[in-house]
Amino acid sequence: MGKLRLRQIPDQLKVIELIIQKRGPESGPLTQGSAYARARAEARRARATSPPPRDSRAHRRSLLPRSPAPRPRPSLEGLPEARTDAAMSELVPEPRPKPAVPMKPVSINSNLLGYIGIDTIIEQMRKKTMKTGFDFNIMVVGQSGLGKSTLVNTLFKSQVSRKASSWNREEKIPKTVEIKAIGHVIEEGGVKMKLTVIDTPGFGDQINNENCWEPIEKYINEQYEKFLKEEVNIARKKRIPDTRVHCCLYFISPTGHSLRPLDLEFMKHLSKVVNIIPVIAKADTMTLEEKSEFKQRVRKELEVNGIEFYPQKEFDEDLEDKTENDKIRESMPFAVVGSDKEYQVNGKRVLGRKTPWGIIEVENLNHCEFALLRDFVIRTHLQDLKEVTHNIHYETYRAKRLNDNGGLPPGEGLLGTVLPPVPATPCPTAE
Amino acid sequence: MDKEYVGFAALPNQLHRKSVKKGFDFTLMVAGESGLGKSTLINSLFLTNLYEDRQLPEASARLTRTLTIERRGVEIEEGGIKVKLTVVDTPGFGDSVDCSDCWLPVVRFIEEQFEQYLRDESGLNRKNIQDSRVHCCLYFISPFGRGLRPLDVAFLRAVHEKVNIIPVIGKADALMPKETQALKQKIRDQLKEEEINIYQFPDCDSDEDEDFKRQDAEMKESIPFAVIGSCEVVRDGGTRPVRGRRYSWGTVEVENPHHCDFLNLRRMLVQTHLQDLKEVTHDLLYEGYRASCLQSLARPGARDRTSRSKLSRQSATEIPLPMLPLAETEKLIREKDEELRRMQEMLEKMQAQMQQSQTQGEQSDTL
Repeated sequence: MGKLRLRQIPDQLKVIELIIQKRGPESGPLTQGSAYARARAEARRARATSPPPRDSRAHRRSLLPRSPAPRPRPSLEGLPEARTDAAMSELVPEPRPKPAVPMKPVSINSNLLGYIGIDTIIEQMRKKTMKTGFDFNIMVVGQSGLGKSTLVNTLFKSQVSRKASSWNREEKIPKTVEIKAIGHVIEEGGVKMKLTVIDTPGFGDQINNENCWEPIEKYINEQYEKFLKEEVNIARKKRIPDTRVHCCLYFISPTGHSLRPLDLEFMKHLSKVVNIIPVIAKADTMTLEEKSEFKQRVRKELEVNGIEFYPQKEFDEDLEDKTENDKIRESMPFAVVGSDKEYQVNGKRVLGRKTPWGIIEVENLNHCEFALLRDFVIRTHLQDLKEVTHNIHYETYRAKRLNDNGGLPPGEGLLGTVLPPVPATPCPTAE
Repeated sequence: MDKEYVGFAALPNQLHRKSVKKGFDFTLMVAGESGLGKSTLINSLFLTNLYEDRQLPEASARLTRTLTIERRGVEIEEGGIKVKLTVVDTPGFGDSVDCSDCWLPVVRFIEEQFEQYLRDESGLNRKNIQDSRVHCCLYFISPFGRGLRPLDVAFLRAVHEKVNIIPVIGKADALMPKETQALKQKIRDQLKEEEINIYQFPDCDSDEDEDFKRQDAEMKESIPFAVIGSCEVVRDGGTRPVRGRRYSWGTVEVENPHHCDFLNLRRMLVQTHLQDLKEVTHDLLYEGYRASCLQSLARPGARDRTSRSKLSRQSATEIPLPMLPLAETEKLIREKDEELRRMQEMLEKMQAQMQQSQTQGEQSDTL
């Protein structure tokens, strides 16, 4: 059985920590600039040379009941205040004040003067984040029967989707799109993750599917609104519960021809509001040639229609990121197969599907790209998904709301203005 | 003895020779969402390449496309018997975001073929009637759904009284055997629930041998057929070449009964029930259409003939055969009525004038 490797999330955060050391009163978002690149490179080197994780500790994954009280935020998450809204500065009248950050230190070679111990902050940070745990909210969208629930269960190796609860799978297709969110706490290697899976039954199943994406867009904006309200509170919690959708997996039906008009419409409307990761569902009906042809056609169609899926080209910070993400973008959308049944293959128990002509192994890269999707979403880009949601999509929403409100923060603020209701029509996003 | 033998036992041979000379024509319609393997299946069934020059449009183009009906014909010959096969395709079905009423062009098409046949039948020259009626409709159900979707139900309800429907699950290699069984059962239950009449295989005669009966029962059990189509031949590591699809985990064989129901479908459609499909189309569906058409044409008070039972030719001749379609006849009647009225008016006017001139003449005479 493989590991989810949630332990890698603190490493991803380590990168950000290194920036704090290196940059002084420079402006610009936290995750941009060559300092970030250097910091990431250092982190990678540190990972490579650091002692291997203690294997003696069993990698437990357990489903714990949801913890009632939110934990205090670790110091890291106070960092967003350090950023200035460079991209949005033309919309927001005045930038937020910068906190007191020490001047750029004269680089002293610490080896000459003895070991200080600054680098232990990484370990301190890691411990804190492990204690606090992470929030991750993933939404699955697609026609019924494309294997959405099975795939999410396979991704997180637990029964976390609607399928697992006592829902009767023979239920009728709902007449309108419903939004159903189910939360679980998963633990691995001492790291706790509060995972919320948001399902959208009824999408694309009716005869007339006009505007069936509207309930979804409304839900996403509502989560941004909730977060915004908490943020502008005078007495706000140390750690705002994050219900914003970090990632939206969109399931494409494996027709082998091209995208369906509904797919295009959905992605056009929502790619500017949330991170969309398109996946080709039930990919065991396509041969290798058909798969690559189909993927090429889908990518071309998305490009022609100006739809940017995650990882978006415009948010690549440096060359290293760009090359890494380019490679990923070239192989997207991933053609996946999901399964929650195990079979015996070559003496090993593997997740797969058994047919009269062979057994399809879910984690075998020759069979399908599930392993690529899992590594991408969980092992390398989980933190980045959250950051892009917070720094870009949420900020866009926030800027628009402030703009609507005349540059004042909404809520019982300076002039006692009351928060205007969440707009019924989705906010058009700034380019 | 020879004097007991009359010789009309050779009649079937004569019929056979005649029909072989005439050839058969068969119209098959394929319907269903795009991307379910319809074209590949047709090519596999009849070992042709009907869709060679097809251009598949992109998604943005399909946004505004309406459903079109395309006809492709091919002549297939096998063992001296010629079949003129017409395949009617329905590209654009189920494509758009709003598919309301997208089945209406299909229904209209089927009815038009019936109308055409009705007119030909009632015409003067009945020697070479071209039978373009749709004999069978293969409806493709998606293996990715959980049974029939609302669109499937709406389409089937609209056409089930007008054409023989054979439901088919396309791209069946997406399903494991248990899933296939569950899906088939779900579809059968749904068809019963929605009261959709699919083509019923006639029961085989009791004097058929056990083997045939068993095969027949098997075939009936496996409806809807879960099919896989392929025109590529794969050589599976030394064994003889088979038509199939090669995956990294194995090769699906199209003609392997353990892999899919392709053989069953082919046997049923081509080998055993081709003629029956044509007969049911003619005797049941066409007659039903004809009866309802003529009944609406005849004066009200005629006998009610909306029952779907087999109609005999004699009862139908009591109703006058229309020479023209309904709307034209009524128009003609109205025009003639108007003419008559106008002529009557003119006549009256002339009479009045004549009377007037007569009285004037009398007056002038007396003066």
